[in-house]
Amino acid sequence: MTVLEVDRVTKVYAVRGAGQIKALDDVSFTLESGRTIGLVGQSGSGKSTIARILTQLETPTSGQVRLDGQPIPRRGAGLRAYRQKLRMVFQDPFASLNPYHSIRYHLERPLRLDGVVPGAEVEDEVRRLLTRVRLDHDVIDRRPHELSGGQRQRVAIARALASRPRLLVADEPVSMLDVSIRLGVLNLLADLGREEGLGVLYITHDLATARHFSDEILVLNQGRVVESGPADDVILRPQDPYTRELRAASPDPEKHFGSVSGALGGAR
Amino acid sequence: MSDPLLSVRDFSVTYDVDPPVEAVKHVTLELRRGEILGLAGESGCGKTTLAYGVQRLLKAPAVITSGSVVFHDASGEDVDVHRLDAEQMRRFRWDKVSMVFQGAMNALNPVAPIGSQLEDVFEVHRPGMSRAQRREAVAELLEIVKVGRQRARSFPHELSGGMRQRVMIAMALALRPQLMVMDEPTTALDVLVQREILRQISQLRHEFGFTVVFITHDLPLLLEISDRIAIMREGEIVELATAEQIWTAPRDEYTKTLLSSFPRLTGERGVVAR
Amino acid sequence: MTAVQPHPAEPSPTRDALEVGTTATTVARGRSRVPWRFLAGRAGFYLFTLWAAITINFFLPRMMKGDAVDQYLSRNRNVSPEAADALRSLLGLDTDKSLLQQYVDYWGLLLRGDLGVSLLHGLRPVTEVISQALPWTVGLVGFATVVSFAIGTIGGAVVGWRRGSRLDGLIPLTTFLSTIPYFWLGLLAIALFSVTLGWFPIGKAYGVGMTPEWSAEFVGQVIHHGTLPAATIVLASLGGWMLGMRNMMLTVLDEDYVMVAQAKGMPNRRVLWRYAARNAVLPQIQSFALSIGFIVGGTIVMEMVFSYPGVGKLLLDATNAKDYALMQGVFLVITLSVLVANVLADVAYAFLDPRTRQTEA
Repeated sequence: MTVLEVDRVTKVYAVRGAGQIKALDDVSFTLESGRTIGLVGQSGSGKSTIARILTQLETPTSGQVRLDGQPIPRRGAGLRAYRQKLRMVFQDPFASLNPYHSIRYHLERPLRLDGVVPGAEVEDEVRRLLTRVRLDHDVIDRRPHELSGGQRQRVAIARALASRPRLLVADEPVSMLDVSIRLGVLNLLADLGREEGLGVLYITHDLATARHFSDEILVLNQGRVVESGPADDVILRPQDPYTRELRAASPDPEKHFGSVSGALGGAR
Repeated sequence: MSDPLLSVRDFSVTYDVDPPVEAVKHVTLELRRGEILGLAGESGCGKTTLAYGVQRLLKAPAVITSGSVVFHDASGEDVDVHRLDAEQMRRFRWDKVSMVFQGAMNALNPVAPIGSQLEDVFEVHRPGMSRAQRREAVAELLEIVKVGRQRARSFPHELSGGMRQRVMIAMALALRPQLMVMDEPTTALDVLVQREILRQISQLRHEFGFTVVFITHDLPLLLEISDRIAIMREGEIVELATAEQIWTAPRDEYTKTLLSSFPRLTGERGVVAR
Repeated sequence: MTAVQPHPAEPSPTRDALEVGTTATTVARGRSRVPWRFLAGRAGFYLFTLWAAITINFFLPRMMKGDAVDQYLSRNRNVSPEAADALRSLLGLDTDKSLLQQYVDYWGLLLRGDLGVSLLHGLRPVTEVISQALPWTVGLVGFATVVSFAIGTIGGAVVGWRRGSRLDGLIPLTTFLSTIPYFWLGLLAIALFSVTLGWFPIGKAYGVGMTPEWSAEFVGQVIHHGTLPAATIVLASLGGWMLGMRNMMLTVLDEDYVMVAQAKGMPNRRVLWRYAARNAVLPQIQSFALSIGFIVGGTIVMEMVFSYPGVGKLLLDATNAKDYALMQGVFLVITLSVLVANVLADVAYAFLDPRTRQTEA
């Protein structure tokens, strides 16, 4: 089932002294439920603009975004419903949680605001959410600063899941985390997508994780989709010169030393 | 290749807070002249503390509790870095060992043109140079790193991230040091820019022959560029071996964990899935 | 982070990978960039503020109760009713005219530099009365403020640089001095240095019986009389400057560029002044502009305590006597001085911080 349709979206910014800048130029893609699309590009490629349009910080100059077949409502109940269905996971788990409030507060709030479950079941739902993001229930009364970066990002994901969204937009969700916990968080996102039928839009500059955690990859360059397709095709057999350049520039010990599959297979 | 440049023995740093934190624990390390040594580890593992501590650049709560650092100068003289008095230390810095810092934006003084920040180095370390000679040296440096001499009067905020990092490299190169310590020099940059900068560093190394300590958490990157790699964890070097050994036959468990934290760009798919 | 494409006019030799995606900041083109748009925007803002201030200045005294002429009459019995009416129209207290007409007239007079006459000062022109008082205030308080700013900022830089040393003790001391109510500090100073020790005169700007002139004796008198008020002002305001600068220093000292400067082997003096203090002083400049603006308005207490013949005392007397024309004049001077100080601060800031120069528009 199609969750998200981005239909020929163009975004033009007027810049003083420099005329107009096309941040997005005729971008189209569709995301099915249970699948992950990796949106790959360098800074300035337009990938963040897509996130901003999806979260309505910007409106497209032309084109349309549809969630479950519906265009983004401008106001009212429709807008609230839209916001429930689409949730963001941000880059910085330190900044996205209020240091003053407990984890319980962060998770209860969306549950109550959106009336997802009856009041009596809120506590149980909070615990269910923690289980889903593989966190111990004893974090519930702690505050964000008492948790590690990875735990915090899991709380942020649990909070995003609270309103039972159809689509998660994860904008560089692990780039500020320590390397050894990154895969855990990415695996969690991938599992949630598969098991719960969520659509996941994974926005990143990192080709390697995009390849491993996405079904499909879209490569953006200067606002245009220069290449898209199944993840392995795009990364292993890139057609577009820009994609090739990106791949060549990304660190790849495999290419450097040759494959050592087996030596590491099964580690972790 | 076994000609040593820097010998670090039993080096320890403690952060004197309550309770005290041992950031670097009895590290012994020999840096060879001409090599690129990668220093890898996660945040808080002590890799930056080690690099700064060796040059005595650490600030207040950090205390060097043990160890010695000997710099084997190209002239044949051995310099015991921790025996230098403040003035000798000041002269030693940058002249023998320079640094390229993380996040180029903040590493440059925002209110001074980059040219004057480069000139500073000559003014202090080469007092014999005339103003015109300094200007020319700065222009030459900016040309070497392909920023262009006309940028000397630009302020840091007027340059892109990659440009700023090139300026930092030019600055590090100014006195033709024997060792350059690079602390996450490309982390904040886009991958294409990162590759450009790396290419430039390796080119400059061929030309000027300095030794590099490259600090980063990005192990795949280190595997490509380093001769040897030291893996740090909780203040200790858990493994030190050639890049190839680390890649093909890692011995330490933590090294293996770290390696498997990075999905392969082109290798087998699925090695990372749990 | 918005998407920025490489500028087509940018003379990039080959396709430089640098320029492709990372230019979140603009790349400088050409050198002498006068930020006209920025300047025009600021100028417009100041003009509007000026207009608003003058307009409020026009309405304020008119909303107060009481009639200055009535007061004047009560003190000068032998004025005929006809003469009183003439006085009213002269002072703009003529209620026959519509408010709008009064407002228009007010602007007309203002543009001709005519601020009316002061009832309190025997019908002398307000401009004359103010211009007699202004140099005393600006000279004394201005001088003291600059001295306090300089000492406080330099001291704060040094104290911040040597954090943890014994110098830290200066901060609570100067802060304590600035918490003493000023009139009390002034009276204490008079009691100690003028009455008990007899080192300085008790008040006034110069000795009784002297007339202002450019002679060594007179200047000596002015300095002798001014020392105590100036010193008390410096003492009372030093703490703020020092604390502000020291705190900014602590922030700046944690910046990477300070560490870089040290790694570069720069001598401590150079790191302190060229790298750390140079950046830490920026917020101080703005506070300084504010306090310069308040020199004229904020000296009432000092001028009372030391019987100093400045603008503050003028304003106080004018308010007590409901001398509207004089009040308006003084308010106008205060407003103008705040605006001028802000313009100066903008210029200084743009000069000291290249980042404001470029992309404020």
